[in-house]
Amino acid sequence: MIPINYYIALSAILFTIGALGVLVRRNPLIIFMSIELMLNAANLAIVAFTRVYQILEGQIFVFFVMTVAAAEVAVGLALIVAIFRTKHSINIDEMNNLKG
Amino acid sequence: MTPDLIAFFVLALIAIAAALGMLLGRNVVYSALFLVLNFGTVAVFYILLDAPFIALTQVSVYAGAIMVLFLFVIMLLGTETLPVSKALPWQRPLAFVLALILAGEAGYLLFFRKVTSGTIPQPVQTFGSPQAVGQALFNQYLLPFEVTSVLLLIAMVGAIVLTIKEKGGQGK
Amino acid sequence: MPPLNFSIILPLLVLTVWACLLLLVDLFVKNKGITALLAALGLAISLGITLSQVGATGTSFNNMVVLDGFSTFVNALLLVSGLFGIALAYGYVKRMGIERGEYYTLLLFSVVGMMLMAQAADLIIVFLALEMLSIPLYVLAAFARPNVNSEEAGLKYFLLGAFSTGFVVYGIALVFGATRTTSLAGIVSAANAASSGTSSLLLLTIGSALILVGLGFKVAAVPFHMWTPDVYQGAPSAVTAFMAAGAKIAGFAALLRVFSLAFPSLASDITPIIAVISALTMIVGNIIAIAQTNIKRLLAYSSIAHAGYILMAFVPYGQKGVVATSVAAGLFYLVSYALTNFGAWAVVIALEKAEGNPSTGSGQRGLEIADYAGIGRKHPALAAAMTVFMFSLTGIPPTLGFVGKFYLFRAAIAGQFYLLAVIGVLTSLISAYYYLRVVVTMYMREGEPETTSEPWLNLTWGLAAVLTVIVSLVPAPLFDWASQAVLKLF
Repeated sequence: MIPINYYIALSAILFTIGALGVLVRRNPLIIFMSIELMLNAANLAIVAFTRVYQILEGQIFVFFVMTVAAAEVAVGLALIVAIFRTKHSINIDEMNNLKG
Repeated sequence: MTPDLIAFFVLALIAIAAALGMLLGRNVVYSALFLVLNFGTVAVFYILLDAPFIALTQVSVYAGAIMVLFLFVIMLLGTETLPVSKALPWQRPLAFVLALILAGEAGYLLFFRKVTSGTIPQPVQTFGSPQAVGQALFNQYLLPFEVTSVLLLIAMVGAIVLTIKEKGGQGK
Repeated sequence: MPPLNFSIILPLLVLTVWACLLLLVDLFVKNKGITALLAALGLAISLGITLSQVGATGTSFNNMVVLDGFSTFVNALLLVSGLFGIALAYGYVKRMGIERGEYYTLLLFSVVGMMLMAQAADLIIVFLALEMLSIPLYVLAAFARPNVNSEEAGLKYFLLGAFSTGFVVYGIALVFGATRTTSLAGIVSAANAASSGTSSLLLLTIGSALILVGLGFKVAAVPFHMWTPDVYQGAPSAVTAFMAAGAKIAGFAALLRVFSLAFPSLASDITPIIAVISALTMIVGNIIAIAQTNIKRLLAYSSIAHAGYILMAFVPYGQKGVVATSVAAGLFYLVSYALTNFGAWAVVIALEKAEGNPSTGSGQRGLEIADYAGIGRKHPALAAAMTVFMFSLTGIPPTLGFVGKFYLFRAAIAGQFYLLAVIGVLTSLISAYYYLRVVVTMYMREGEPETTSEPWLNLTWGLAAVLTVIVSLVPAPLFDWASQAVLKLF
């Protein structure tokens, strides 16, 4: 049996990679994908805990997180498409109209 | 080294490599495909962790719907190739410090602490099956379930409001 | 399964159904003003139900939601904020050419999410409520498309919000791992019985720290405030007003529920962190505000600074005797802040003009402080109202802001956080510079400002100004209500 620590460590590594992606990349699509990676890492941690403690509650929570992620994706991609239609570019560094 | 452990390490390696591939990819489409690979390996982990329903949901919702939507938008926007752009000067070091901290935590958990003690009991056959999840979802978790459905409605309305083209009104 | 007690969530249930029906009705209504009035009616009905629940308590839905004095107080405040939000938007959206019926339904849904947050008794509900209040705000921030500023604001708010959600979910994952439950009541008992090994305590602490980070993004505390000023500046002003008040109230309700109720045993570890965040937020928010010339950005940084003051109310949460009064002070300050916030933004909207080129985003005039010159002479009532709001935000008597800050500093001192109270007073003095600069510009400079006069808008800044002064003279009833609300929690 694989010790639970390994799963938690894996999820922590994936979470870190996701967080790094958000801070370092400039393309909103990749930033968004990194956020999905973060959520996924959290899901993995929860499912691992669920397996250890035999509490189904965790899996239900994962189900909700996935649904919410889907809803967020819909809105987020709509936002990105809307910006692209106006500016024909989605580089975050060029979004500095608001720097004051 | 039991076969379980070997399988775990191989899959873990693939998952991390895919995540790094997504992070460092220069082409957005490649990044998206790497993420699909990552989601696939995580789905296999779910099956190993006795969560068959969640595993299938992962494949059909995450890899099957969300990433397809991503690829649609990527193709729509024509952003397959990215020019090399630079990040703000202070963000790279901050990001690496953050990475070191979190990786340190991961290593700490891995090698120095036992989160659980003793043997992990084998769950019942139906643990994590759609029946079990469905039972719980509609009995104890009714309120979150309904809230989630309203949330999806909100997301739909929001997405349409953001992209609709009026006849002669706003929107280009 | 035991019968469900719907009365616990009746206000937000009514509001949800009302919002869904409004989506349908909106299809047949040509004049979107009617949609606005219907939305306001829904909020009013929900407010009536909420007030009728004062003093009632209970839990429902498998202990996922709770009704108590605190939730009733916060719900009432949120519903009033929603009403103000509609009042501000009524004429504004028409004027800016962004009028759509969905504005009001999205606003209603966001209020529902905030109310759910106030009543949450389980981390799953906290998470879902967080999303439910945020997603409409992402859309509303970008509502003025194809204005590129608004779209940028929407995208930045979205990325920031989604990033914070990631932290919250991972924090919940670790807390679940440590306590084997997501119910807040269960977490308390598990945390108190933390003899289950130091490793689960470690997980619990890290998990709660991550949740704190996620919620910190939501209330725009430093160092999580990165894009908040950009968002506040780019979003339509009516949306910013609602966002600034509502998201903050809901965020603090979440902090209270999760930290004061669920993690009291972690107080010794978490309290210093919250104290540092509070101090940093007050300092950074106020200092950067000094350099601002755009009124929207100024109010954005002021909003960040006020998040710092309100966080002061949560710092003593581990100390049994002090926590009730300090949280009551926090609630009182939230009311004062919400009122002042809507009033100030109403004045901003009155001065904002719709000219300019939407696709380059330049030229929304009337938003620089210099544009406020001469209002003292031309529109004395408006100037007087703005003066009241600026005084209230600084904390000068006889305004509600002064009373609120007084209670807050008193609570901090009672909790023996003397340094924090001193920082609070010093930063308030610093803030006087940029708030009073607006007042000086209004009265001492010459100018030809153009203002818009709409009945609901005028009502908003008028009512807010009057209430800010009058309630400050008799603060006791409000403070007593807040104390009552908090009493049964601790």
